[in-house]
Amino acid sequence: MLLCVETLEKHFPGTAAPVLDGVSMSLEAGEVVALTGESGSGKSTLLHIVAGLEPADGGSVRIEGAELAGMDDAGRARLRRTSIGIVFQQFNLIPSLTVAQNLAFQARLAERTEGLDLPRLAAALGLTDHLAKYPEELSGGQQQRVAIGRAIAPRPRLLMADEPTGNLDESTGKAVFDLLLGQARETGAGLLIVTHSERLAAAADRRLHLSRGKIAT
Amino acid sequence: MTGAILTALMSHWFRRPFQMATLILGLALATALWSGVQAINAEARKSYGEAADALTGGGLSDLVDPSGPIPHETFIRLRRAGWLVSPVIDGWIAADRGRVRLLGVDPFTAPRNTAIGADRFEGETDIGTALIVNPATARRLTGADRPLVVDSAVAPGLALADLTVAREILGDTGYSRLILLPDQPLVRPPLNEIAPELAIEAPETAGDLARLTDSFHLNLTAFGLLSFAVGLFIVNGAVGLAFEQRRPVFRTLRALGVTSRRLVVILMLELLAFAAVAGALGIVLGYLIASALLPDVAATLRGLYGATVEGALTLSPAWWLSGLAIAAAGTGLAALGGLVQVARMPPLAPARPRAWAMVSRGTMRWQLGLACAFALTALMALGIGGGLTGGFILLGSLLMAAALALPAALSGLLHLVSRFGQGPIADWFWADTRQQLPGLSLALMALLLALAANIGVGTMVASFRDTFTGWLDQRLVSDLYVTTEDEAESSLLQGFLASRSDAVLPIWHTEGEVRGAPAEIYGVADHPVYAENWPLLAGTPDVWARIATGEGALVNEQLARRENLGPGDRLDMPGGWQAEVLGVYSDYGNPLGQVVVPLEVLVARYPNADRDDFGILAADPEGLRTALIEEFGLPESRITLQTALKAVSLQVFERTFAVTGALNILTLSVAGLAILTSLLTLSAMRLPQLAPVWALGVTRRQLARIELIRALVLAALTFLLALPVGLGLAWVLLAVINVEAFGWRLPMSIFPRDWAWLGFASLTAAGLAGLWPARQLANRPPAELVRVFSHER
Repeated sequence: MLLCVETLEKHFPGTAAPVLDGVSMSLEAGEVVALTGESGSGKSTLLHIVAGLEPADGGSVRIEGAELAGMDDAGRARLRRTSIGIVFQQFNLIPSLTVAQNLAFQARLAERTEGLDLPRLAAALGLTDHLAKYPEELSGGQQQRVAIGRAIAPRPRLLMADEPTGNLDESTGKAVFDLLLGQARETGAGLLIVTHSERLAAAADRRLHLSRGKIAT
Repeated sequence: MTGAILTALMSHWFRRPFQMATLILGLALATALWSGVQAINAEARKSYGEAADALTGGGLSDLVDPSGPIPHETFIRLRRAGWLVSPVIDGWIAADRGRVRLLGVDPFTAPRNTAIGADRFEGETDIGTALIVNPATARRLTGADRPLVVDSAVAPGLALADLTVAREILGDTGYSRLILLPDQPLVRPPLNEIAPELAIEAPETAGDLARLTDSFHLNLTAFGLLSFAVGLFIVNGAVGLAFEQRRPVFRTLRALGVTSRRLVVILMLELLAFAAVAGALGIVLGYLIASALLPDVAATLRGLYGATVEGALTLSPAWWLSGLAIAAAGTGLAALGGLVQVARMPPLAPARPRAWAMVSRGTMRWQLGLACAFALTALMALGIGGGLTGGFILLGSLLMAAALALPAALSGLLHLVSRFGQGPIADWFWADTRQQLPGLSLALMALLLALAANIGVGTMVASFRDTFTGWLDQRLVSDLYVTTEDEAESSLLQGFLASRSDAVLPIWHTEGEVRGAPAEIYGVADHPVYAENWPLLAGTPDVWARIATGEGALVNEQLARRENLGPGDRLDMPGGWQAEVLGVYSDYGNPLGQVVVPLEVLVARYPNADRDDFGILAADPEGLRTALIEEFGLPESRITLQTALKAVSLQVFERTFAVTGALNILTLSVAGLAILTSLLTLSAMRLPQLAPVWALGVTRRQLARIELIRALVLAALTFLLALPVGLGLAWVLLAVINVEAFGWRLPMSIFPRDWAWLGFASLTAAGLAGLWPARQLANRPPAELVRVFSHER
């Protein structure tokens, strides 16, 4: 199993109810799972914990059998570098690097540039004409495509996307989602996608709904 | 991976070359001012060391005859009795721009491993007849009728020669002293059996000169440190801004799997690279600054202390390394806060650049607390501290307290001024100016420090100049000063002048030890001109009448302060007699204690006193000078007109402070640059604040004008706050540092015209600094302003 989450718990100081209350879920390689839920239901928190960006208060997260709780900061960082690709809602591109540099960035971090065909990747993302541009010169949809390209370039086993279309109009959002889905299918990565959109969730293999900190299938 | 991270981090700088240039320039300037001052100090100290080593035979004791030269026979007698001594002839030879000290030594008996030992002369083929001099001295001796051997290791202003050569040049008058070599035989007859007229003199060490000049160097070092600190404000601003701007990048890197430790290490590497580049540039700039200032420093040291310093710099590897080290340390210091923040930053930290340009009440309160702590330290240093170190702690604490309190003081002032504003634009202007304070505070602190230093040092120098000129006018009472060859010529001169002058005032003096330190003892004739002209800082009633009757003595301020003497105290004089202190006089520029006694007392107590100098009162000094040269036959070089003496004294004075003046201007320029860089770097971040005002109907040109006015208002308010700080600094310099360093206290004068000029200069600097970003804003395409709204979510 690619990802296995068991009885995950998370509290935030100052709030009585837990954000995550015994959440369990799993994800197989090549599978696409959509995570839906209302604002504040804990979707992003779950994603952050799975990515090792935030610690859990209880429960376990295993990625390819490796328990996240047993890792130190360096171990979690290595996992993010090599096994996980994350696409953020705010794109989080590096503004001083060109599109080409941004696309290759995580692959360079993970030291997996061998076999990276940047022109092909750019072509697949529709960015061929923008490689020399800087992020500020791109539209929101183009920036998100760069973020997707950066995440998939090192061919991670697990792809995660936190509301990747939240800042985009409907048609651009659909195009971006299709791209993400296509790339995940092509590389055989597991994809966990957080979304508000019912329509996008319907396109996933499986759908998990998070409500008041619990999974309701 | 490291390469990828470095690419991401460095790309920020390549996209913002101006910010990179700011960082490098700030650091380079800070390093330049610091290392330039260090180079000057090191060069001067090296010169003292070489001179002392050569003149004292490397710190060995001497045998001297207090009554005059030592005959060759005495030397032979001592050698035969087993005393290991080496003869030295010490004198002066004429040279371009004055004279050069000639030291005749016997290379075969001189102590080895010293500047005058036989090993020192090895390889010098022409030593038989030559003078060994350094390149600078060689240029001054181009007219000499002796061959010159140039050796850069010889101290400046010194010529080394074989004994026989020195004897040929100076005349066969005997030896000036005999160096007592180390490792003397255990059994040898006592000195008083062989040469009872000789006395053992402890070595004059370089320390004497070093002690005298220490305070001067300390002043320079303090100024260098201040300039360095002002430069660091720029570096801190540039690094702080870069860290804030790159917060989203740091966050992304952490999210993509870079550990905080690796990130910090790579950031440190990046800073180290900047420090290396800026440090190297700073060292080159420092060399240029030191080269430009060294001639003035050399002249100052020569004028104030008689210390000879070569006017050219030699660079040592240690200086290069220390320059790079100070650049690295400065960068580290300036970036420490940012690095700690990055190390502690969680991967999910807020991505938007935040606090740097936003008002932070917490920071201001924290700064104010620290300012209070520094103010308390200053008060403690004033109350219980002592010595020069205490003075500098007071000075440093005062400046730090003022700088740290500046943002809060400015915020208060702006709040006060905003009450008088009318209309929405004025309201927005004052509120927005207050909001900008944290972003500009570092640059404004740098400006405050530079202005306060300028006002403080300027007030000190101008007060000193005022006092010194007045003092010279009063103190140099004679119209003409002459020096005779010997006593016979003195008698003839007095006869010659009897009918040609209004009065002949002998300026006879001797030297001796007063309260354990070397001092000068002068005799003063009974003449009303002294009572009328000589200013006294303290004195008993009828002091001059009592001096005339031989009842006591006057002491200079240095001696009075050092020994805590005042009118009515008794002073043990050399020769075993006591004098009552009747008055204290100021004696600027003299490092030694001085006692003035009636002329008759001097002659009676010290029959060997130097009686060659005279001051002459005359209605026509020029005419009398001509008569002395043409009729009496006195060489021109031994006659000085009072006007010429004053001119030389003032020239020495002006050159003394030329260095501080130059450093003042440099520091102010650095502060101006700090404002420029802060405004420019902030201008891009200001768009979200300006765009809504623009959208509401204020034109870009109006906004640009407001931005310029803002820079001027902030500079003007900072200048107003710098005034009391500068005056406080001047008081510390005059009443604490000068007293501790030189032994005299100067009255403080106020020079509002100088302030007006400085105020104008600071407003001009701020105006120029504000002009560029204002122009950028006026010409900014509307599309860029619109984009602010499209980015809003």
